[in-house]
Order: sequence, then structure tokens, then C-alpha cells
Amino acid sequence: MKPDSYIERTNRPLQFYAVLFLIVLYVPVLFLPLFSFNDSIYVKFPLKSFTFQWYLELLDRAPVWASLMNSIKVAVTTSIIATGFGIFAAKAITRYRLPGRGPVVGFIMLPLVVPGIILGVALLVLISQLGIRLSLYTVTVGHIIVCLPFAIATMIPRFEGFDKSVEEASADLGENAWWTFWRVTFPMVFPGVLASLLLTFTVSFDEFIMAFFLSGSDATLPIYIWGQLRFPQAFPSILALASIILVVSFILVFLGQWINRGAGAGSLESTKNT
Amino acid sequence: MTQENAFISIRNVNKFFGKFQAINDVSMDIDHGEFFSLLGSSGCGKTTLLRMLAGFESVSSGEIYIDGQPMSGVPPHHRPVNMVFQNYAIFPHLNVRDNIAYGLRRQKLSRAKRREMVDEMLELIKLPEYGDRKATQLSGGQRQRIALARALILKPKVLLLDEPLGALDKQLREQMQLELRALQRTVGITFVFVTHDQEEALTLSDRIAVMSDGRDLQVDTPTRLYESPVNREVASFIGTMNFFDGTVKSVGSDTAVINVDGLGEITAPACTVSLLAGDRINVAIRPEKFLLTDQKPEGVQNCVKGHLDNAAYLGERSHYYVSVEGISQPVAVSAQNQSRAGGTEDRKRPVWLSWDNAAIVVLKDA
Ligand SMILES: Nc1ncnc2c1ncn2[C@@H]1O[C@H](COP(=O)(O)OP(=O)(O)OP(=O)(O)O)[C@@H](O)[C@H]1O
Ligand SMILES: [Mg+2]
Repeated sequence: MKPDSYIERTNRPLQFYAVLFLIVLYVPVLFLPLFSFNDSIYVKFPLKSFTFQWYLELLDRAPVWASLMNSIKVAVTTSIIATGFGIFAAKAITRYRLPGRGPVVGFIMLPLVVPGIILGVALLVLISQLGIRLSLYTVTVGHIIVCLPFAIATMIPRFEGFDKSVEEASADLGENAWWTFWRVTFPMVFPGVLASLLLTFTVSFDEFIMAFFLSGSDATLPIYIWGQLRFPQAFPSILALASIILVVSFILVFLGQWINRGAGAGSLESTKNT
Repeated sequence: MTQENAFISIRNVNKFFGKFQAINDVSMDIDHGEFFSLLGSSGCGKTTLLRMLAGFESVSSGEIYIDGQPMSGVPPHHRPVNMVFQNYAIFPHLNVRDNIAYGLRRQKLSRAKRREMVDEMLELIKLPEYGDRKATQLSGGQRQRIALARALILKPKVLLLDEPLGALDKQLREQMQLELRALQRTVGITFVFVTHDQEEALTLSDRIAVMSDGRDLQVDTPTRLYESPVNREVASFIGTMNFFDGTVKSVGSDTAVINVDGLGEITAPACTVSLLAGDRINVAIRPEKFLLTDQKPEGVQNCVKGHLDNAAYLGERSHYYVSVEGISQPVAVSAQNQSRAGGTEDRKRPVWLSWDNAAIVVLKDA
């Protein structure tokens, strides 16, 4: 930090604000892991002794494993399909002169702001009208809708960040649109694709409301957790499970951000020498 | 419709972006193996015309023929042209070797053959040790050469270059100009070269098309553009030019007598413009065609007396501005500094200007 530069000098109130913000955001969440190591089935202070018991207990519960597998299946499928659609949507949005591009983008981003419960009910109505049985497939459909805006929002900066004359150069050197996409566009947006896969996987894996409305007899992990909340003796194990999910989600999202670092900025780096 | 012997033929091409007309009824023919430049100020439509040749923009009307084939509807990847982009458009995710080999995929060559061709190219652009460098770790001049190699390896019939030297510093630029010209002679490919730098265009080109506001003003050799511009716009765009108003007095078989305001009666050589007695016209003379003397010169075709207004010493030559009675603008004169007197001229002294009839350019637009 250069104290002599106006923009980079330390700003006490702002630092204070940032710390306060992080505390408010994360302290409640930190109670989960804290109590998951506490040797008591009651979630209250003072803490008793330290234990791994609740984590070990998880291993023996068959339904945990079953719902974990369900969640993974749904999340993998969702992330691949949402990212796949997202690539082409982001390309269309950034590359072609769409009439009414603004409204189209707004429409695609809508699931981000529409309350999940409304979206869930709407999809439930639609699906039951069509006479489709609720299953992990219907959950996946719901998750794809929820995840698509995340996928697109992750990849648009990647597409905007690179100069479209490299795509023209590829066409000029004799490649058609298909090969240009695979030889130039895709490798250049690949970090964005990875980030999108990780992010949409996490979103789907953690998603509750859609799964609540759209799952049949097979529960996803969040649904299983919801079901277990009724049983006090199961609660510490649920805390343990939630802590694991929390940590894994964090890692995935940070990994995605790290892979996709410098979208936009990276492209500047590659052209600044010209 | 095409001229059979022209290699590239641009016929009455128009281009509209919405209501804005970027190209206005342009026609020109480019010969095989020619170094052809498009020269014009910023925004005059050079890039647009080049992109239409490459197939990135459609023509609104008119037709472009390359090697006798009409090009409308032919996508970029099926045209026998390759382009060097203004910003080079090097593929940042590939190394130098893969950049150069990019277009070879469709030729189904053996690995060894491909390697050999790339090595040849690296040799040609004088970067033989750079094959494994990442494309992002190159200087501007090196990128430009990679862009060139990437296009040349496909042996295109036409190479399009959009201000390829624009981003380089003066020294590198001049070096690359020489290399480019030498390369063009070696490979014998038709070059269509876009620039807004008149000096660059004059040094490099076999012929130049001067453009302005989407129109082609004149297509000619550098010498003819400089010595016999067809109108005032071309004359003032290339180099410096003195313009005088005049009235045609009489027209002979290969000369015309013109009464020029301030300069008196002069006899102009035959010109491309058809003149009638009584026409108000423009007469143009380049600064270096005047001879500046202190005494009235003997035995010259034309001379006029004036006063030295201003002088600028530029080392090898000096610029003088001479005010002549009856002419509003001072006349610009350029002279080699053969003696060492150059900069020490005292102002406001009387001087004489003399010139040859052959120096006179008659322009149609008054
Ligand atoms: N895609 C486009 N849409 C609308 N107008 C355009 C488009 N491309 C170019 N123009 C306009 O057409 C005109 C010619 O542009 P062009 O890029 O051909 O100029 P240029 O001669 O290459 O200039 P420069 O020397 O600055 O590169 C400009 O006025 C420009 O604003
Ligand atoms: Mg241009």
C-alpha cells in the first residue's frame, strides 16, 4: 500500500466497515461448525468437550449417502447443462447484434430475482399439468432454470473480455464457424466455463426451494436435512453435515473465482503490448 | 463486366451502415502481384473496403471480383485472401508455432511436412528461435511478423494488410516497411495495404488509391499522384501544394495560356482536364518547383517578384514563405540548403521566384 497515493491510502472507516460486514455475514454461519464439534445434543452455551462423534455418526446413516448421491447426480447434470446453454447464450448476447438485447438479457436473468417459491410453485403447476411424475429429473429441470443466470453471468465477462478479431482471424485463415468455436472461442473462454461448472454445481447442490417443490420420493441432501430437523437427537449430525457442505461449497466457489480471475482484465493484459 | 486482366476488380461498390454511407460508388482494379495501397484520412472507409474484400462486411451494392470470381455470398473462410489485422489478432492461447500453423489443419499434411513449412516461415520472418514462445510474450513488431507468417503460409492470392505498421515506433516502422516490400517481391503475392501515412504509401506502393469520405479520388502511381493530382483534394492530401486562381485565356493544341492572379500570364502544359477560354480554374505548383533568388533571374520561362515573409530552417532544406502582390496566401517554397546560408535569411527582403512551365498543374475545380 502506498500511503502517498490518494486512492490507495488507508481509510479507517472503510476498513472498519469491511470488518463489521464480514463479521455480520459469517459469524452466524460459524456457529454450525462450532457446535458440530460439541459433545452434546443440545445447541447451547457453554460448550462441552470436543468430539468427532457426530461426523462419525454420519458415515453410518444410509439415507445420508443416498441423498448425497442424489444431490451429486442432480448437481453434475445441472452444471453441465446450464453451463452448456450458458456458453451459447453468452456468445449470442456478446457476439451478435440482437434486437432488444437489453430485455433479452433481463429476461434470462429473471430467475435471480423472482422469489424461489413463486418459481417453484409455477414449475410444479406446469409439471403436474403435463402429467409428469416428480423425480430427480424434475428437480434437475428446476435447478437448470435457477442456475442458468449464474452460468451466463459468469461467462459474459469472458466473452466480452476477448477481442472478436481473433475469431475473424480464424475465419480468415479458413475455418468455419464450428471449428472457429472449438479452436479459438472455447479455449479462450475455458476458465469461465470451469468457473461456471463449479458455481452452478454449488448452487444446485445447495438449492432447497426448487428441490422442495419438485422432488418426488428421492430426496436431495438439503431436503434430507430439512426432514431430519424434526428429530432433536439427529440435530448435531445435521450440524456436522451442514458444516461439511459449507466448507465444500466455499472451496468450490473460491476455486471457480480463482480460475476465472482476470476475466476482462486478462484480455487487457494480452493486448496491451500491441 | 470485369476487366479481364485485372486480378481484383471492385465495381461500383457501395456500403451503408444503416443510413450512413461508408463507401460511395468505389471502383478500382488491382493487378496481379501489385503492391496496392489504400490511402486516406481517418474514417474515410479504408478498413471497411478491406473488410469487404476479406468478406467480413457484405457489399450493399456493386460487386467485388477476385481472380474473376464474384465474391458476394462467399464467406471469409472460402475466399482466396488472407488478412493481417490492425491489432494483429494473434491467438493468445497458442504458441508462435501453432499460431503460424493454424490455417494448415484443413490441408491434411503430415506432421513433419507441417513442421517444415512452419520452420520455413519462421526463417522468412527472421524469428527462427521463437517457435515455442507464447504468443503473449512478443513485442509489437514480432507479433506483426507472426500475423504475416500465419497468413503467408497459406499462399493466398491476395494479402490484405490493415495499417500493420501503425502501432510501431518510427525506427521499427521504417525497418518493417523495407522488410515488407522485400517480402512482397519474394513471395509475389498481391498486397492490398491500408495506411493513412502518405509517406509510407509513397515508399511502398506500386499504385495508390486516395480515398476521402468513402469515395476513391484517384488511383495512380506514387509519381503521378504527386506530380499530376487530378483535383485539389488529392493535391493537398499528398505533400504540400500552392494553389492559385486563374482564368483560361486561350487553348492551343498541347498548351494553354492562363492568366493567373498575381503570377501573370503563364503557359501550362497539356493536361487531362479539358479547358475552354474564359474558364475560372485552379493552378497548382509544388513548393520545391520554385527557384528562389535575390536577383531577377535571366532566361527563365516565368518569374515574379515578392517579399520574404518567413523562413524555416530544417537542416537539409529550408522552407520559405513569400508574399506576392495579388495573392492572398504567401507562396510556400522549399529549397535544398546547398550553401550554408540556410537559416540566416533576413526577413522582408525582396526576392524573385521562378519556375518552369512543366511545374504547373492545372486543376479542374476552381
Ligand atoms: N460497423 C459499423 N457500423 C457503423 N458505422 C461504421 C461501422 N464500421 C465503420 N463505420 C463507419 O464507417 C466509416 C469508415 O470507417 P473505417 O473503419 O472504414 O475507416 P478507416 O478509413 O479505416 O479509418 P481509420 O484510419 O481511422 O482506421 C467511419 O465513419 C465509421 O464510423
Ligand atoms: Mg481503419
